[in-house]
Amino acid sequence: MLARTVTHALVGLEARRVEVEAHLQRGVPGFSIVGLADRACQEAKERVRSGIASAELEWPVRRITVNLAPAGLRKEGSGFDLPIALSILAASGQLPRDRLADHAAVGELGLDGRLRPVGGVLALAEAARQAGLSRILCAARSAPEAALAGIDPVPVRHLAEAAAYLRGEGEPEPYVEGNGHRSEPPTLDLADVRGQERARRALEIAAAGGHNLLLAGPPGTGKTMLARRLLGILPRLTPAEALEVTRIHSVAGLLAADRPLVTSRPLRSPHYSSSVAAIVGGGPGPKPGEVSLAHRGVLVLDEFAEFQRSALEALRQPLEDGLVSIARAGGRAVFPARFQLVAAMNLCPCGARGDPAAECSCSPQRLAAFRDKLSRALLDRFDLVVAMPRPRAAELAAAAAEPSEPVRARVAAARERIEAGRPKWSKEATELLDRAVERLPLSGRGRARARRVAETIAALAAEPGVGATHLAEALAYRSPTELGTA
Amino acid sequence: MTELTLAAFAAERDVHVIRAPHGRAFATFARRFDEAGYLARLRAGGVRWLARSHDDFPPLLRAIHDPPAGLFVRGAGEVELLRRPAVAVVGARSCSAYGAQVARMLGRELAAAGLVVVSGLARGVDGDAHRGALESGGSTVAVLGCGIDRDYPATHAELAARIRATGLTVSEYAPAVEPAPWRFPARNRIIAGLAAATVVVEARERSGALITADLALEEGREVFAVPGEIMSALSSGTNDLLRLGATPLTGSADVLELFGVEQRSAEKVELGPAANAVLARLRDSPASADELARATGLDAGALASALTELELAGVAAASEGVFRAG
Repeated sequence: MLARTVTHALVGLEARRVEVEAHLQRGVPGFSIVGLADRACQEAKERVRSGIASAELEWPVRRITVNLAPAGLRKEGSGFDLPIALSILAASGQLPRDRLADHAAVGELGLDGRLRPVGGVLALAEAARQAGLSRILCAARSAPEAALAGIDPVPVRHLAEAAAYLRGEGEPEPYVEGNGHRSEPPTLDLADVRGQERARRALEIAAAGGHNLLLAGPPGTGKTMLARRLLGILPRLTPAEALEVTRIHSVAGLLAADRPLVTSRPLRSPHYSSSVAAIVGGGPGPKPGEVSLAHRGVLVLDEFAEFQRSALEALRQPLEDGLVSIARAGGRAVFPARFQLVAAMNLCPCGARGDPAAECSCSPQRLAAFRDKLSRALLDRFDLVVAMPRPRAAELAAAAAEPSEPVRARVAAARERIEAGRPKWSKEATELLDRAVERLPLSGRGRARARRVAETIAALAAEPGVGATHLAEALAYRSPTELGTA
Repeated sequence: MTELTLAAFAAERDVHVIRAPHGRAFATFARRFDEAGYLARLRAGGVRWLARSHDDFPPLLRAIHDPPAGLFVRGAGEVELLRRPAVAVVGARSCSAYGAQVARMLGRELAAAGLVVVSGLARGVDGDAHRGALESGGSTVAVLGCGIDRDYPATHAELAARIRATGLTVSEYAPAVEPAPWRFPARNRIIAGLAAATVVVEARERSGALITADLALEEGREVFAVPGEIMSALSSGTNDLLRLGATPLTGSADVLELFGVEQRSAEKVELGPAANAVLARLRDSPASADELARATGLDAGALASALTELELAGVAAASEGVFRAG
């Protein structure tokens, strides 16, 4: 008496096929799960036993062995509950085995037999479709997410419902989203930020060219406000990008039931006490970190200099390659991490630098330690650095600033021009660059950065070539010496 | 007995001596001291010894009431550099952006006019004075408060190397002498002694820079103080100096006048109309980019271009988001 259900296990973003086999034998009644199951997976025993009882199905009084094959792959989490229960039911003759064969199944059981959603359903459903399975049994709330993969989901609220469906006694009701109200996440508007024209301009350039931006200044100058408003001036996600982002958020279990597809760019702003694993991803069965959750979106690091040095240095790989590769004993996972970084920091530990009304009380040693933390190599990753001094009262009282929408239109137009091809450099601009390299402390990478930013500025200006004024402006946003260790 | 014996003795006993002490300890040390070997080791380390009695010893320094036994000298510059007209630029280690900029400007302009800029290689004002002098391609001398082979503070090791490439680092302390708090006031007397004039850029009350100023006054040298905001603790020392009769420094021309040298006219740079308008506004007072934008009516992008033009021409500089002319 053997039965088999197909499900999938996640390794990073990748779903691997797992067959859940249940075998009933005569002998002392018992229940064991083999096949590298982790703790959550072992605890499935209790949930499955209660779930089957609650569904008014029969718990076979036999020696039950469940094998999760392949046995060499680590299985984690509670998503195996449903396939285990279905295999046992099929092995004991309560469900037709042949019908189970062309279904995938995933979901966590409650003690009352109800089905709970788990993370990563999109990736699992995609794998099921590729494996040629016709339908996937999953929690009703996961159904819209599974449907994104192009497979027909069977929305199941209760184990009894799944059993009835497999016996051919009827189709479960389709999942209706809550009250039909889809809450758009509020987007913050640039009109809220008074003054700070230079920083706003830098934000627009960053949005147009996908540049990383560092804002430095005393507290209360609007650094964080501006950083969070980058999202509102970026172009919308393309459908392919939206699916990429959804896949990652699904694995992290962050999808809202009423919004299965992530349609707006994500904004992540982890606290500065976050660990390296929280930022770049990790854990025994690697989970995506903040850099991957911010894929195609914006990663805001407030109080940038307060982050652990190791966490900051770990940002260098994703910033360079657009992906994070995490190797663990159990395997290697690769997460995409093509995000735009906006960092905000004070100019010194006490925060008073750059504020004419306050006096910095930092000792030279403390200041040196603060600056040492930002290695040259890390500062080099920022294309744009803007020091934001405290605005005067007159600026705060100034008329309302430009809202996000026109800025977004300019950014979108500039992006189109950038995609059309690289602009030509005028002779004046090239000469200016040579002169700047001589006169300013500009590294090789700094030179390349100034070139990139100048090309973005030319695109924003809707001009076919890069002129000297474009380059001059780009040079104005280079990393200032006071952030270095000099 | 030579002055070198004295310096080596001071280093070994970790004491400050400028005249041969009476006593057995020194007599024994002097008898055993291998001067030729010591000099050879110094030479191997790239260090020259300039005894107080040597003809090349700077006469201004010899004239102070407690001149050092001699100077250990390191660097590519000529020893003759120490006899040239020199200005000491000193000030707080934790200086403000204003102080750093004034120090840099003074270093640049004084060195460009042919004066030797003397300072103490410390963080803050000292470091910026040296950097300014190096920028203009002029000569600068750093006086150390530790052994001549040490670079203190360690963060200025690279700066020290740049100074030695064209100028000199000097110390009255033999190699291997560790920096100690009491050596720095002693070092300050050499800074004041080498220079005919001392400029205090920024100093709190009871700052080391004020010690330098006092020593300079005692020796009858000119003391300039850079006026600062009366509300800023970083200016309380310099403003006190002004009250006591120091000469207010309003530009490098004040110092140059004392030496009877002309300010080398800055290279004429062609500036665009936008850059000229921004510069005119900056000459009134330092301002942030946004204030400049409002004053000149330029948009943020055009203003950023104009500011880079000014920075490249060396007529404006930015610090912590605030731009200054000079």
